[in-house]
Amino acid sequence: MSVGLAAEMKQSKENTGVKDQEVYRAAFEVFKKGDAVKKAAWLHPVREKAFKRFLETGFPTLRHEDWKYTSVDRIAKAPFRLASESPAAGQHLKKLEPFLFTELKGPRLVFVNGFYSRELSIVPTSLQGLVIGSLAAGLAEPADSLKAHLARYADPVRNGFIALNTAFLQDGVWIHLAKGLKLREPVQILYVTDSEAPCTTFSRNLILLEAEARAVLVESFISLSENASLTNRVSEVILERGASLDYYQIQKESAPMSQVNTTEVAAHKESSFRSFYLTCGSKLVRNDLNVLLKDEEAQCSLKGLYLTDQDSHVDNHTVIDHARPYGKSDQLYKGILKGKSRAVFNGKVFVRKDAQKTDAHQVNKNLLLSEGATVDTKPQLEIFADDVKCAHGAAIGQLDEESVFYLKSRGLNEQAARGLLTYAFASEVIQQVSLEAVRAQLDRWLWEWLKA
Amino acid sequence: MNEGGERMLEIKNLHVAVEGIEILKGIDLKVQAGEVHAVMGPNGSGKSTLTRILAGHPSYKVTEGEVLYFGKNLLEMEPEVRAREGVFLAFQYPTEIPGVNNAYFLKAALNALRKSRGLEELDAIEFLEFFKEKMKLVEMDASFTNRPVNEGFSGGEKKRNEILQMSVLEPRLAILDETDSGLDIDAMKIVAAGINHLRSPERSMILVTHYQRLLNYVVPDFVHVLVDGRFVLSGGKDLAFRLEEKGYDWVKDKDIAEKSLGR
Repeated sequence: MSVGLAAEMKQSKENTGVKDQEVYRAAFEVFKKGDAVKKAAWLHPVREKAFKRFLETGFPTLRHEDWKYTSVDRIAKAPFRLASESPAAGQHLKKLEPFLFTELKGPRLVFVNGFYSRELSIVPTSLQGLVIGSLAAGLAEPADSLKAHLARYADPVRNGFIALNTAFLQDGVWIHLAKGLKLREPVQILYVTDSEAPCTTFSRNLILLEAEARAVLVESFISLSENASLTNRVSEVILERGASLDYYQIQKESAPMSQVNTTEVAAHKESSFRSFYLTCGSKLVRNDLNVLLKDEEAQCSLKGLYLTDQDSHVDNHTVIDHARPYGKSDQLYKGILKGKSRAVFNGKVFVRKDAQKTDAHQVNKNLLLSEGATVDTKPQLEIFADDVKCAHGAAIGQLDEESVFYLKSRGLNEQAARGLLTYAFASEVIQQVSLEAVRAQLDRWLWEWLKA
Repeated sequence: MNEGGERMLEIKNLHVAVEGIEILKGIDLKVQAGEVHAVMGPNGSGKSTLTRILAGHPSYKVTEGEVLYFGKNLLEMEPEVRAREGVFLAFQYPTEIPGVNNAYFLKAALNALRKSRGLEELDAIEFLEFFKEKMKLVEMDASFTNRPVNEGFSGGEKKRNEILQMSVLEPRLAILDETDSGLDIDAMKIVAAGINHLRSPERSMILVTHYQRLLNYVVPDFVHVLVDGRFVLSGGKDLAFRLEEKGYDWVKDKDIAEKSLGR
């Protein structure tokens, strides 16, 4: 026992995982000398503390309970190179068109390699109480609201990715809606990776909706280059009393890429958070979505669809924390796996002692289309209150052969029958996407993926 | 038999096993175009196996014999090929397919058949018009159009949906596996009317049923009694009434049965 423990400790020291701390140190020193960074002096202590934390802990390893099924070796062992601003960002529009939701006519924010692109973005004319723009601009002349909330929710102590993102935070989305402001049009946000050599892009978002404000955000991640770059994105979302946010994540980066995507939501009284994640394409994706229902009658609805093939790996970790009474949450995540791909679902739902009359419902279902694919699913309910309505379930299965036969007996060939049944499996989630423009596009992508 | 019609189906000495257990032990049957044959028999006699082997279910293994459909080897065809050639099975337990709406599914099926026959595919509007006409036939509510296939349907609705599919796909050989079971009298009248509407000189039917009840409404040309994997008796529609009266024990001993029929 003691021998084993000693061995484990030794191992874990070796496994803090960072290939070469010096490279990170040097990059951080260069980063700090940048003009924009120097200007935001008030952030220095936050950056330094986060970077120190990263050096201490490195990247998570399989020994961390929350990373048990997801190895980030390909990130930890790769040489670190900070993404640089693409000089030709403005020329990208044509190439981006297939990834844009053209029916969405509202504001559009485009980031290339993590940097806000003025040429590619469309922002509304300024309006009292409305900020839709880049965090870099926000940091240059920080409003009190920004200072009060930035880096207060995503804790660098939690893992090395958040720590690094905080240390290198520079740009991203900054949205602030004053009390009662309701956006009529969804905001489209596009993150583009375009780099000849593999690099790491950090994006940092702060989304603050004051009381009764309302917004729909559609974030898409894409890449114009094919290499093992990393997108490390952290989003902090604050919904004040009665605010409402629909938050879409469309993850369609190219096959060699990795993405670590963290979203922290603080939902106050009577506020409502709805999310939808489509994950399709890249080699390694890790999503952390943590929703704290802080006050009475706060609610959230989390939907997700992951489509994996070849040797890709998608890990969805969600936490819904019911802190106060009369909260509501429902979650439906579905996955379709091909090839030798692997998916992880870990959904924690906490119902705290105070959170009486909570209504929580969670389901994860997986469809395996090949023998080599694997799923680790772990729905977890931890209930400390005694008057609640909670249910959860998980399933892993294959196509029902009786159904395949039924369709074939009506004239559909093998491929069409299986395609239709697979589509049907996914459509349960897609049908719940309320934004028509997004739903129609998801539908097309799903068919494309099924045919590939 | 009516030797005038075109020979549609010929089953010769068919033996079928499931997981090594022989279920059908030598079936012979000839079906001419336009004929309606009823296959009756007690539970476990092999009725469903017969329907499923004709539709091409992969779990069944033919150990002996052959099945000719318009002179071609039916058993070599994939299920979808059989469908395109005009074979249709109304399932005893239709499968629920959540997420696929009825109209979409049937349009895909109909267009697959049309394409294989060199006909132009129907677009959504053309199909819907056609579909609505067919729905009236089985008295199906318009809401069925957009409901997922069989999901949340009552037993009767599922059976009506099978008849609806049959009327859309217009098969040449329709095989109905206990389409009458689990129906109340009103639902059965609707189903029977749907079946009768589809009777034509070009179309043949094999009605598999446990009870004679359906045969009051859909009068067969021939009745065959299947017991323990073999046809023990064949005759005209009157045979169904005798079975109803005397029960299946009566035919389990073939000699006694034949004697009582005066043969």
